[in-house]
Amino acid sequence: MNLAILSSELAVIGLALALLLMDLWTPRAFKHRLGYLAAAVLVVILALSYCGGSVSAPAAEGCSHMFIRDGLALFFKRIFLAAGIFVVLMAVEFRERIPMGIGEFFTITLIALAGMMFAASANDFVMVYVAMEMMSVSFYVLVSFQRSRSNSLEAGVKYLILSALAAAVLIFGIALVFGTSGRTNFAAVAAQATRLASNKAFWLGALLVLLGLAFKIAAVPMQMWAPDVYQGAPTPVTAFLAIGSKAAGFVLVLRVLFVAAPALAQHWGKLLAWTAALTILYGNLCAIPQRSLKRLLGYSSIANAGYLLLGVAALNVSGSVAVLYYLAGYAFTLAVVFVVLCVVARENDDIAVLAGLNRRSPLLALALTLGMISLAGVPPLAGFFGKLLLLEAILERAAADRMYLWLTLTAIAGVVISYYYYFGVIRAVYWSEAGPETPPIAVSGPMKISVGVCIAAMLYLGIFPNEVLSAAAEAVKALRF
Amino acid sequence: MSPLTLIFLVPLLAALLLALIPRNFRFAIRGLALLAALVSMLIAVTAFCKFDGRASVSGFRFEERHFWAPSAGISYHVGADGLNVGLILMGAVVLFAAVCVSWRINKREKEYYILLLMMGGGILGALASLDLFFFFILHELALVPAFILIGVWGTGKDKTYAAYQITLYLSLGALLVLAGLLAVYLQMPAPSRTFDIVELTQWFKAHPMPSRVEHWIFPLLLFGFGILVSLYPFYTWAPLGYASAPTGAAMIHAGVLKKFGLYGLLRIALPLMPFEAQRWAYILTALGLANVVVCGAVAMRQRDLNLLLGNSSVAHVGFAFLGIASMSLIGFTGAVVVMIAHGFLAALTFALSGYLRDELKTLDMDQMGGLLRRLPFIGTVMIMAMMAGCGLPGFAGFFGETLVFFGSWGRSDVVTMLAIWGALIIAGVYMLRAIRSIWHGEKEWPGVADVTNPWRKLPYGLLLAALLIFGCFPRLLTDNIKTSVAPVARLVGEEVAGGAPVAGGPRR
Repeated sequence: MNLAILSSELAVIGLALALLLMDLWTPRAFKHRLGYLAAAVLVVILALSYCGGSVSAPAAEGCSHMFIRDGLALFFKRIFLAAGIFVVLMAVEFRERIPMGIGEFFTITLIALAGMMFAASANDFVMVYVAMEMMSVSFYVLVSFQRSRSNSLEAGVKYLILSALAAAVLIFGIALVFGTSGRTNFAAVAAQATRLASNKAFWLGALLVLLGLAFKIAAVPMQMWAPDVYQGAPTPVTAFLAIGSKAAGFVLVLRVLFVAAPALAQHWGKLLAWTAALTILYGNLCAIPQRSLKRLLGYSSIANAGYLLLGVAALNVSGSVAVLYYLAGYAFTLAVVFVVLCVVARENDDIAVLAGLNRRSPLLALALTLGMISLAGVPPLAGFFGKLLLLEAILERAAADRMYLWLTLTAIAGVVISYYYYFGVIRAVYWSEAGPETPPIAVSGPMKISVGVCIAAMLYLGIFPNEVLSAAAEAVKALRF
Repeated sequence: MSPLTLIFLVPLLAALLLALIPRNFRFAIRGLALLAALVSMLIAVTAFCKFDGRASVSGFRFEERHFWAPSAGISYHVGADGLNVGLILMGAVVLFAAVCVSWRINKREKEYYILLLMMGGGILGALASLDLFFFFILHELALVPAFILIGVWGTGKDKTYAAYQITLYLSLGALLVLAGLLAVYLQMPAPSRTFDIVELTQWFKAHPMPSRVEHWIFPLLLFGFGILVSLYPFYTWAPLGYASAPTGAAMIHAGVLKKFGLYGLLRIALPLMPFEAQRWAYILTALGLANVVVCGAVAMRQRDLNLLLGNSSVAHVGFAFLGIASMSLIGFTGAVVVMIAHGFLAALTFALSGYLRDELKTLDMDQMGGLLRRLPFIGTVMIMAMMAGCGLPGFAGFFGETLVFFGSWGRSDVVTMLAIWGALIIAGVYMLRAIRSIWHGEKEWPGVADVTNPWRKLPYGLLLAALLIFGCFPRLLTDNIKTSVAPVARLVGEEVAGGAPVAGGPRR
């Protein structure tokens, strides 16, 4: 067994356990500083991932072929690690609103992070399930961490029940796949593609696996939980769900579709296209009347799952490259939005708390505006370039199949609708009726750095796409179309 | 470094610098904004004077090209030919004038100037750019500033509605354009795909697109660009948006940004898809005529000066559409002259109405009257501008419209007759009625003051001078434009005339 390829996962788990121990000996007043320690170590792990290997390095398998370290895994692990750093820093900022157990909060967050990293490297259906559960169980606890708030508990229960349902669907699908193919390894299943092509039970199995994964990415028909849970969960947890959990879902979707069942995927263009279109319309239309910012982001997250599914539905290389690029930009965009919410929306997250933000803190106002613009997909930010790549991927197929042209127009309609509510937030920041004069907001150092890094990353990804685009193109070489 | 890069980079960098100046340094903020716009304008004027389209092989001067993202086919490429050199000059002059007339802004100046410079710099870059990626993103740079400018500094009870309307409408147009541009890009074979406009034009000249593909790409571009230019029936965002916007933003939006769509049609849609352009020419003619006549009629009914000017600006754009739809060299040349003339004119009229709004606190023409006695300078300039709006010879608009009529006569004399009607009679009616109800009459206006400071007169004088100069010496524009649109006309013409290069002129 080659433990070296597991090094970054082991480091994260080791860090989680170390924090759990250190929590015992740390005086209460200093416990939040463990978060800084965790963030610092994660930065080191992220930096080492750049020294340790590049996305173009050859793939390495381990743990009886269940675990694979290739460019795709590395690309996603970097997204997860970056998201983890922001989430931990947000949690430190959030500490007064968590009644107790901030040390455990860090530990569980790191375990969820490790689950995501395992998901990125999954090469076996069993690994898919294990990684999913590692994430889910951590999130059950994290979502209901504000024990004194009924909202948080409600969200926790909803997440628990629906996630358990999704896990059941997933494991049933895996059982069918295993039953028909006799194997759980992706490559081994793919090798029997011709034999399984006409096997209805196998089709059903693969479909149920995708349905289980659709829960994680909040795509129609498994999207119901997202707004409620996003609204009720503590803000750092919402951020992690929106960035990490969604990206983990997508890497698994890509691996299952384009590694385990590439022959099947080619038949499912229509299914995926419909799912994408419905998800886009559902998310965007439902987001229009929302007043709660976190709920709004919940619906926006559904809509973004729809955009990302466009890239999957394109069933081509450029579609998957677009998904990777979009997720990288999406991570920084959402991180900056949630950092601002974490600092500004202390008592409640009604959109009215943003009134006068441009006077209270010009930096946060700028950051939130840029975040919203990037989510809406306005150049020159990361969100725009991601959407450009997604549109390009589906238009590439439009010449042959007219359905993709309609899909493009649906996506455009969705984006235009989304401008309404994203710009509503900008409006709230700049010219909504401010109530009584509100004091300036003091922004702590780590939050300032997070905001600065995110803004720089959004602009970099939007204006200088070359580096990340090449990395994404290398990473998707693991997939077959 | 190419002067074109400087023209748009100076305002954008100034916007960045402004962000670093503390907000109570008002003088420094306005000074820096003015300086940046002035520098940009001076470079544009020099570039325009030095420009000689015949001197270069590719047809482009001041070219600059760098690799940007080779894996996505993106390069940084700017260049000017007769088609855009005049537009860039117009844009830079309008930007400077817009910064000049903004001296009345007294809340949150810092943000105001940052947004205004972003908007102006962005569109100048888009006009100079020869790469579709930069062409698109630099134009889109104006979307968010326009929203915030209208929302925060705008006037009128509908300003929030107007801000949303303009944003949603324009983003729809922009996204359709984006889809169309991407579809064009994807028509090239995979390894050699590029966003470079020059290379795309050459490629599709040698390998025309299959017609079933052109079939769905051209409408995307036509209606996408059409929405951006307020093509009938997609024009409703324009009058209200301009009426609600602060003066500077309305000047840049109506003057410069609106030309982007027309420029895109001439630069991209027509040369790449000449065959399909011919097929759509009739529809475009009908819609352009509707712009002239319907929006002119709507303008006749307005009692609010800004709404009148907004509708009249939409009506004027119709002439450019007619020129493009004529598919002839004369028509194209006329369309570009109309674009430039209208840019100066729209900016000038909105600057003047902005002055009136600030002085009178109203733009309801029923309440005005007799203002010429109190405002001799503003009044004179405005009457001249309004006369230019009716197409009076001596102003640049006249030559543009005349050329358009010459061009479109060959295609349809009925349409041309109707358009001339629209230009002369309808525009005459609403402009003259507006002049009467604003400037003539007995009403007294104590406390209303004219512009006396010569520096404050500068922006109005500059825009009026531009209209007069290009009105008296239109060859300054037309010679260059003709050289650059001739290949486009030849591409479109050859499709019809079966190989014989028809350079304009009537065809039956």
